Amino acid sequence: MESEKRSIGREALAELISQWRSAGKRVLAPKRSGDKVDFAWVASLEEISLDHVQTVQSPKAALFPRVEELFSFRSADGRVEVRERDLGALPETVVFGLRPCDAAAFTALKAIFNWDSPDSLFSARLARTTLVAVACSSADEYCFCTSVGGGPGAIAGSDILLTDLGDGDFLAEIVSEKGRLMLQGAEALFRPGAGREKERCLARVEKAFDLEKVDPGLARRFDDDAFWAGQSLRCLGCGACAYVCPTCACFDIQDEGGITGKRLRCWDSCGFGLFTLHTSGHNPRPLQSQRWRQRLMHKFSYMPERQGVLGCVGCGRCSRACPVDMNILEHIRAIAEARP
Amino acid sequence: MSALQEKARELLASAAVQVVIGYGRGSGGAARAVFIREATKAGDLVFDGTCLQNLAVYLMKPEVRKLGKAALVVRPATLRTILQLAAENQIAENSLLALVPSAEEIVLLATFAAIEAHVAALDSDLSTAEKAELQRFTALGLDERRRFWEEQFSRCLKCYACRAACPLCYCTRCTVECNQPQWIPVPAHDLGNLEWNVMRAMHLAGRCVNCGDCSRACPVGIPLYLLNQKLVSDVFTGFNSRSGISARSDNALSTFKPNDPEDFIR
Repeated sequence: MESEKRSIGREALAELISQWRSAGKRVLAPKRSGDKVDFAWVASLEEISLDHVQTVQSPKAALFPRVEELFSFRSADGRVEVRERDLGALPETVVFGLRPCDAAAFTALKAIFNWDSPDSLFSARLARTTLVAVACSSADEYCFCTSVGGGPGAIAGSDILLTDLGDGDFLAEIVSEKGRLMLQGAEALFRPGAGREKERCLARVEKAFDLEKVDPGLARRFDDDAFWAGQSLRCLGCGACAYVCPTCACFDIQDEGGITGKRLRCWDSCGFGLFTLHTSGHNPRPLQSQRWRQRLMHKFSYMPERQGVLGCVGCGRCSRACPVDMNILEHIRAIAEARP
Repeated sequence: MSALQEKARELLASAAVQVVIGYGRGSGGAARAVFIREATKAGDLVFDGTCLQNLAVYLMKPEVRKLGKAALVVRPATLRTILQLAAENQIAENSLLALVPSAEEIVLLATFAAIEAHVAALDSDLSTAEKAELQRFTALGLDERRRFWEEQFSRCLKCYACRAACPLCYCTRCTVECNQPQWIPVPAHDLGNLEWNVMRAMHLAGRCVNCGDCSRACPVGIPLYLLNQKLVSDVFTGFNSRSGISARSDNALSTFKPNDPEDFIR
C-alpha cells in the first residue's frame, strides 16, 4: 500500500484539531485521568495523551456504542408505529490517536457488522468517521500486534497515520481517500514529508508465536476439556475482556418502555454464563472453560473462516483489564506451541 | 523451599487436601491465582505484597469445588469472607483449610472456631486512612456527592467484573438478570448504571468484608470501595454489627429484631 507522506509540527497539529472542531466534528481521543488513559471526547490537542502505551478501552464505541437506540415504537389504536433512526443526523467523528492495531480492528468490526446483511446504523456511523491513528513509540509485554499481522507503524485500516518523529514533527501518512479529503483546505499546515523515516521511532514488538499454528492447535485441542479448564480455572466469567476488546461485537437487544418505547442494542459477552442460556433452561456452554474456549475459537478460528479476517489485533487490552491476569498472549502461545 | 511451599507440598502429599488455592507469579511481576493439585508443583506458590486477590471467590465456583477439599492461602479479608460465607450457609465446616502465611511459620486454621479466634485478634475495622477518606467524602454536600457518583457511574460498562470478583456476589441468578419483572435496566446508560451499582452495594450492605476486590477488578477504575466502606461504617453505627467475624452471625439487614430502634421510620 502506497501512502502520501507529509510532515506536521505539533502546533500545526493542534490547529488542525481545532479546525476539525470548528467544522462541527467531534473528536474521540485518548485522555489521561488519574493512572488510566482512556478514549474521551476532547476539544483540543492539549487534552490528548500521546505518551501512553495503550488506552483501557478500545475506540469501538465510536461505531458501536455500549448502548444505542436502534428504533423507537409507539402503539395506538391497535397499530404499531416504528420510527427508524435518522441516520443523516449522526455526527461527523474523528477518532484520533488510536493505535495501528485499533485501526486494523475496525476492519474486523466492518466484516462482522456487514457479514450477511449490512448493518445500516453501523455503516452510517462508519461513513461519518475518520481514523487518524498515531503509531506506537512504546509497547509493553501485553502487546503482540506483529504476531497477528500488524505492526507498531502499520498503516492498514487507518485513514491517516501519524508518527511522532521525536523532533517536534509528526510524519503524516495519508492512507485513504477519506484521509485525503479530511485534509483538504489544511494543506498550509503541512510540509513535504518525503525522506522522513519513521522506522527508528517505532516500538519494537517481537513476534511471539506463529499464527499459522494457532488454528490447527485450537482444532486439535477442541475436545481436550482438561486443557481448557487448566487455562481458565481462575477466570471469573466477567465481561471486562470483551468490553475493552476492539473487535468483540456481540450485543444483546433490550426493549425499554411499554407500548411506547425504544429498542436498544447493548454490549454483551460470551464470557457470561447467561449468554447462551436457552429459554428451556438448557445451556450449551455451561462451564467457564467452554466459554473461554469459545472466546479464543471465535477470534482465531471462526472469524477467519467466516469473515476472512482475524478477530484479534494483539492490542493486549483484555490481558491488561483482566482482574485475574488471564493473559491471552500466554494462552495463544501455549496453543501454538502445543505438539500434535 | 519457603514455609508456605513446604506446607502446601505436605498437605497435597498426605492427601489432606486435593488442591491448594494460592498465589503464583503472573504477568508483569503481578501475582495471579494458582490451583496446585500435585505436591511437586508446590514450588509455584508465592506470597508477598503483590498478592491481593481475595481467593475465597473461588470457593463458590462449581469448577473449583469439584476439585475436592481445598487449602486456601488467605489474607485477613479472606478469613472474614470465609466466616461470612459460613454464616450464610454457603460453605460447610471441615470443607477447607486456611493457610495464613507469615514470615516465620504458616498458621493452619482447620475449623471455623479457629478462624474466628484468629480474626478476633485482628483489627476488622476500617483503617485510619480509609476512615479519613470516607469522612472527607461524606463531608461533601448531597449535590456534590450525587454529581460525583453520576460522573463515576457514567463510565460503568456493566462488564460485571465487580460482581464476578466479589466472593459474596455468589447468586447464580443476579437481580439485574431477572426480567419478569425487570428490576434493573440492563443497558449501561445512566439510569441502568446508577441502579445497578446502588443495588449491588445495598445487597452487600452488612455482608461486605471490605476486601476491595470490586474496585481492583473495575477496568475503568470506579472507586466502589467508597460505597462499601460507607455501608460497613453505617451498619456498625446503626446495628453494632460487623460482617465476617463469626460463622454464626445474622446479617444486620436481613434479620428482624423486635428491639431494633428503627429510628429511620419514626
